[in-house]
Amino acid sequence: MSLWRQLTYGLRGLARRANRSQETDEELRHYFEEATAAWRARGLSAEDAIRAARREFGSTAAIEEQVLSYGWENSVRTFFSDLHFAARQLRNHPGFAVIGILTLALGVGASTAIFSAINPILFKPLPYPNPGRILMIWSTNQGARSEVSFGTYYELAQRSHSFDTIAIFEPWQPTITGGSQPERLEGQSVSAGFFRVLGVSPVVGRDFLASENVFNGPKVVILSDKIWRRLFHSDPAILGRAIKLGDDNYTVVGIMSPDFEDVLAPSDEIWTPTQYDPEKMAGNFNSWEWGNHLRMIGRLNPGLSRTEGKDELTQIARSPWREFPRPRWASLQHGLIVDSLQDDIAHTVKPALLAVLGAVILVLAIAWVNVVNLVLARGSQRRGEFAVRGALGASKRRIIRQLITENLLLASFGGVAGIAVAIVTLRELVALSPAELPRRGAIAIDPATFFFAFAITAIIGIASGLIPAIHISREELQTGLQQNSRRSAGGGTATRRGLVVSEVALAFILLISAGLLLHSMRRLLAVEPGFDSSHLLTMQVVTSGHQFDNPASAPDIGDRTRRRFFEQALDAVRRLPGVEDAAFTSLLPLSDDPPVDALYGAQFEDQGADAGYNVFRYAVSPGYCQTMGIPLLSGRFLDERDTASAPQTALISESMAKSHFGSQNPLGKRLHVGPRDRPWYTVVGVVGDVKQTSLAINQADAVYLATEQTWFADDTLSFVIRARAQPAELAPAIERAIWSIDKNQPVVRVMTMDRMIAVTEAERGFVLILFEAFGIVALVLAAVGIYGLLSGNVTERAREIGVRAALGASRGDILALILRDGMRLTGLGIAVGLCGAIAATRAITTLLFGTSPLDPIAWVAVILMLAGVSAMACWAPAWRASRVDPSITLRAE
Amino acid sequence: MNDQNTDVIQGTLDMLILKTLSLEPLHGFGIGRRVEQISRGVFKVNPGSLLTALQRLERAGWLDSEWRQTENSRRAKFYTLTRAGKKQLEIEAAEWIRRASAIARLLREGA
Repeated sequence: MSLWRQLTYGLRGLARRANRSQETDEELRHYFEEATAAWRARGLSAEDAIRAARREFGSTAAIEEQVLSYGWENSVRTFFSDLHFAARQLRNHPGFAVIGILTLALGVGASTAIFSAINPILFKPLPYPNPGRILMIWSTNQGARSEVSFGTYYELAQRSHSFDTIAIFEPWQPTITGGSQPERLEGQSVSAGFFRVLGVSPVVGRDFLASENVFNGPKVVILSDKIWRRLFHSDPAILGRAIKLGDDNYTVVGIMSPDFEDVLAPSDEIWTPTQYDPEKMAGNFNSWEWGNHLRMIGRLNPGLSRTEGKDELTQIARSPWREFPRPRWASLQHGLIVDSLQDDIAHTVKPALLAVLGAVILVLAIAWVNVVNLVLARGSQRRGEFAVRGALGASKRRIIRQLITENLLLASFGGVAGIAVAIVTLRELVALSPAELPRRGAIAIDPATFFFAFAITAIIGIASGLIPAIHISREELQTGLQQNSRRSAGGGTATRRGLVVSEVALAFILLISAGLLLHSMRRLLAVEPGFDSSHLLTMQVVTSGHQFDNPASAPDIGDRTRRRFFEQALDAVRRLPGVEDAAFTSLLPLSDDPPVDALYGAQFEDQGADAGYNVFRYAVSPGYCQTMGIPLLSGRFLDERDTASAPQTALISESMAKSHFGSQNPLGKRLHVGPRDRPWYTVVGVVGDVKQTSLAINQADAVYLATEQTWFADDTLSFVIRARAQPAELAPAIERAIWSIDKNQPVVRVMTMDRMIAVTEAERGFVLILFEAFGIVALVLAAVGIYGLLSGNVTERAREIGVRAALGASRGDILALILRDGMRLTGLGIAVGLCGAIAATRAITTLLFGTSPLDPIAWVAVILMLAGVSAMACWAPAWRASRVDPSITLRAE
Repeated sequence: MNDQNTDVIQGTLDMLILKTLSLEPLHGFGIGRRVEQISRGVFKVNPGSLLTALQRLERAGWLDSEWRQTENSRRAKFYTLTRAGKKQLEIEAAEWIRRASAIARLLREGA
């Protein structure tokens, strides 16, 4: 009741201020008249009665003010009048307003954009029900995550009780024909529980059935909404119909919702059930069922903690049962790596993201310091105004409130501009980001982004209002009224100098980090990949269709067809004008080929049957090493002699030869790669090491086999073509040449090798670009800070400088005086920044390559650059000071 | 004027206003005058505090107000006690008496 009255009366008062004032006025007048009448009744004359009443009352204006100031609506009104005043202040000082708003827009914009990019990866829950219960389960290889085999999945799914469902999945790239060109689709082959683990199901149709998830089960697919729209024009009748993938018909059983996001493989559009055969596992470890090429996820039962789930899996890994035999490479003797899905998809990019987040926080801090600096500079000009207001009776609280309102207004403008900056830059940021950035599709400006931008804006507004406010309350308000106050150095100067020092320090930290990253990138790109990437064009050629099947009656007829197709295609390519040399390989170094598919156990003849270690298996055309420019160190290259019927031969990489044979001659030694039930490969040559998955990683053990001599024919090969001129220009002719052999086989990932290497290192490049951008922003802001401080300083010290000049200081002396002052601040900033920089560079060590965090070149370069830029920022004010005419300054007093 | 006039004790003004209005509706000056008269000039009411207090009590829902003609045909704002105001007066009066008698007892004992 009374709350309601408070509200309505207050609102009425707010809406009709004049009414209320008039009413109070009238009530007071009546009061006064009654009082006068009372005095007259006591016998005073009319005049005396009025005088007596006045004496009794005091000032009616003061009374009215007292009465009118009652009520909550008055603080609202004060706020609006403060706001009005603040807006006028900004309008009257456009330079201050524009610089302040731009600085804030930059800081808020950059940090908001980065926040929205990082939020879905690190903080926002995954778009599934109870995402915390979804665990990723990996095998362990040399302490790192490693894919699992179907056998391991089979055992864990049977033995574990902590999980509602465990599922496996692997990439599946079917070819859809019938369009103008064959198209390769990105998809996944998944066990039936896959969607159940994620907690989603098709919006149209149904999920996979257990009966489809068996060896030789029915061929079915679930489509993404996107592919359904793109290839099937949103036709609802597609459900239950068959679509042709390769030479097979797959029945469409479901369509996912447009909102469904597969965080495990964001570009995937089509899913089919895995069809492994548990019967083939027993006793035969060479079967496909024991290949480590699957990823595994599980959904915990409700009520179980992640630790409990993990402990159970670890227990199972440690205690093999006789009914579940395990081969050496799936022994689980090093345990399993179990992590929540969210942490798992973030784990590779987390250090980079946190570094970027740290950098953007530094940028924000510098922007804030700059604004505080501006505000303080304005504050020292406004000391007179505050003093007058204080003298007129404004309380300190009232003035502080005014200051905070002003800064909040400035910050709000900056915040709004910052959100605009974020919206614009976010698109660029996403376009620039490496393709492997998880949850790239979920990066968007959303309510969380707005909340973030709003929160930092509010914090900045209040914090930058409080600092000058502290100054005002510390000083006596009255001193501003004294005449000489304008001449003495302002009270805020010490603080402002401190702020400039911290700005330089922050900029130094950022620049050092950027410098080290730049240096690493240079080092990295200077790394020799082990082959000659110039003039090299690459493309993947995919084969699919029943002509490549291996029927039980003729187990290698399909493989032979496949090899013949690739060889004919290669011949067609070689005949093209402009092609100097061409070859193909099952694994292209420094590409996005999943390395796990190319890793096989190798065992030399002189090792025990239990021995073995992982090597990269390259199935290549003879001449591959020559086309790539991989040098031959001893023996011979593979050549036309190495056919299916000839003795099996292999090339091994230099470091593999060294690590196993030392100084001995490896030529003529024999080894197994992959299955052990086949003839030995004889080493006929040793070739140079090649960087396989990244320029930064040395995984040098590689075995090269002729495609005709490997135990299966790869369905996808990468062609490498050395061009006489521009490699990219050859692409259309090469595609036509391949399709002249068979027009149904897709050609994908057409790229020059140089571009491929850049893409492989995209994550580093991305982080580097961000740090460079932030570093430049920080440098500019720091320079602006130094410039602003010194300019203000020169104006304030004009009289002192005039006296110095009058006493005989030369222009050079004065120039040096101001320069020295500015450079001292820079030096101090660098000194302070050193400690921060040492800590910061330690934090980015994992992002560095071949560069120590204390790399002297980077440190010296950054110190010189910072000193140079700040010298430039000091120069203008110093020059102005040196032009001060003593006669004018002194006369002005 | 009486030199022994005292400003109304902080916090009791509300109660005095409510008590005064429990007899009949009055305008601001009337309330002030009545308080002074009944207290025989012990309490002096400052118009600023009085009018502010009236606003506060009205917003609390203890008073209603309306503009009316006085007997000498001037327009004045008259305040009336509401039912909630009556209840509030009872509470405050009871509390006051309890305290006053406690203080009186203490003073008697002390003497």
